[in-house]
Amino acid sequence: MLYREAGDYKKSYAEDSQTFPLKLDRYGYYAILAIAFLVVPFVINDYWASAVLIPFLIWSIASLGLNILTGYCGQVSLGTGGFMAVGAYASYKLMTSFPDLNIMIIVLLSGAITASVGVLFGLPSLRIKGFYLAVATLAAQFFLVWLFNKVEWFYNYSASGQISAPTRSMLGFEVTGPAASASAKYLFCLVLVVLFAWIARNLTRGRIGRSWMAIRDMDIAAEIIGVNPLKTKLTAFAVSSFFIGVAGALFFAVYLGAVEVGEAFGIQKSFLVLFMIIIGGLGSVLGSFIGAAFLVLMPVLLKNIMVIRLGWPGDLAGHLELVIIGGIIMLTLVLEPHGIAQIWRVTKQKLRLWPFPH
Amino acid sequence: MFDQFLYGTEAAINGLMTGVMYSLVALGFVLIFKSSGIFNYAQGVMALFGALTLVGIQSGQVPFAHLINAIFGTKIHHFGWTLPAILAIVLTIGVMILFAWLVERYLLKHLVNQEPIILFMATIGLAYFMEGVGDLMWGSDIKKIDLPIPQGINGTIDSLTYDWFGYGFYIDNLDIAAAIIAVVLVVALTIFSQYSTTGRALRAVADDHQAALSVGISLRSIWVIVWGIAGFIALVAGVMWGAKSGVQFSLSLITLKALPVLMLGGFTSIPGAIIGGMIIGVGEKVFEFIVSSSWFGDAMGFTMNATENWFAYVLALLFLVFRPQGLFGDKIIERV
Repeated sequence: MLYREAGDYKKSYAEDSQTFPLKLDRYGYYAILAIAFLVVPFVINDYWASAVLIPFLIWSIASLGLNILTGYCGQVSLGTGGFMAVGAYASYKLMTSFPDLNIMIIVLLSGAITASVGVLFGLPSLRIKGFYLAVATLAAQFFLVWLFNKVEWFYNYSASGQISAPTRSMLGFEVTGPAASASAKYLFCLVLVVLFAWIARNLTRGRIGRSWMAIRDMDIAAEIIGVNPLKTKLTAFAVSSFFIGVAGALFFAVYLGAVEVGEAFGIQKSFLVLFMIIIGGLGSVLGSFIGAAFLVLMPVLLKNIMVIRLGWPGDLAGHLELVIIGGIIMLTLVLEPHGIAQIWRVTKQKLRLWPFPH
Repeated sequence: MFDQFLYGTEAAINGLMTGVMYSLVALGFVLIFKSSGIFNYAQGVMALFGALTLVGIQSGQVPFAHLINAIFGTKIHHFGWTLPAILAIVLTIGVMILFAWLVERYLLKHLVNQEPIILFMATIGLAYFMEGVGDLMWGSDIKKIDLPIPQGINGTIDSLTYDWFGYGFYIDNLDIAAAIIAVVLVVALTIFSQYSTTGRALRAVADDHQAALSVGISLRSIWVIVWGIAGFIALVAGVMWGAKSGVQFSLSLITLKALPVLMLGGFTSIPGAIIGGMIIGVGEKVFEFIVSSSWFGDAMGFTMNATENWFAYVLALLFLVFRPQGLFGDKIIERV
């Protein structure tokens, strides 16, 4: 009734191929952006920022990155945690070596460093495919974490082996360090999320994105029609690692503040991001956001219900959470292998015709 | 220098034994992969679950005691009996077979004809699920398993090698037992798959799903059998690892160690799993021995330690670049 395309005339190719071709979608998107930028920063409090909003934004960037590699280019990676660690340690080294450098530049540079590491570990993907590659990326995960744990140069020879973020500001507001306000951190992450979502969306619908999808659907056939597998796979690894590196840098500098590598960037994190894109939807920008929101919100919600409301012990709630996450993963794959994003698409399709379907 | 060589040999033999333990886990993978093309990430969690169930049943724990206590406010934890080991083992095998049936009925049946990578991710979900269920059922505290292993083998080896080289090798009793059990398992599996009707059906399914279906082999019951056998192997592996380092969460992480073993040996080969395990086991111990030794430090200017965390993966990665199907795997042929 309300959601329909009647009267929404397209007068040019550009209008027809825009990201939100329907007016209602477009206005909805603008409204969400307006609320996120103009309302949320003024009403946000520390609990919501640190428990829900900032982790959601950071994991969104990470799952956007993994979705480019796994969802669009079909290369399953279990090295996400390791690449996030590269981003975190790169930002730490940059922050301590160049105190005057702007934090935004530092975050982007850490992404670039991670991208080069990602390309290095992406090289075997030319020979190794499928879950052989998934296991091979574990090499990146374990080697990188070990490296940051053992080589003292990376944590500036500190006694505890931890790295902690010094205070840096952006436009006069502190975004890292203990005194940074919740809304400054939130806005800093939000700007990056919007930027990266825009980049991801436009990369994936252009020439590069189409060659990624061709490689995903059948790499030999793609090679025969003229897609260069070397270039395509390595760009996917580079772009994906860039996103993941930025997420790692934010996770360390803005969100946690102090990090111990094995704990913060272990193999569990690799699985977490993989689960986000499975649940949200492989090969979908929206899916990355839905998946991140789902897996950030669900533990908070479960903890609220089980530990705070019902008064159950924390470890019991933790075990139940594992059961529920595992169950949801299996259920998603059995019922809808394309994730929640696909359910959303189907719903929209139905809504267009409602209440008078054919 | 000669004593350095002896220490190195000792490290290598210990690595060989650890490698056999990795192979025990890898065997379960190979069985499932051959017969259904599923890469079962949950194998390690199955080992944990098997060991937890065995200890739980034997010591008479009440399943889901924590959950029941939390919901109803009761304070139950034990039935108050201890079962004999044989009975507990039989009951645990029963549980593993039931588990195999449930997995087939509620997960695999719905995922037939999906891409391998989707199936792989489904088993990751299964691994999380099982881990949670295992902890809920039996609690997450570290449990001990005492195996009735004859003592004194290592003493004999120690004194023998002392007589020969003037330096006694220390090898853990448990590792020797594990090696013997692994050999017995492989022989038993080979006999089973070569000489029994079910074994022949199993090989037929591994060879070609559709051809096997067309001669009247029920794919679904074969899958239940295979998952049951894999569950049994997981139980053995879980008990051996549990006796070594206690039955606890970290047991499920041996999956991660079994993965490079498989890649090295090839996903479809039982001997490959054993030999791959040995190569990885020896390789990581010897590599650690070399790079952490003082003469390496003198020569290179630095030493490394705790390289066991990543050595296996990097070795497998480098190996795969040159031989993508592993040592004994079937050649990968791709067509458009």
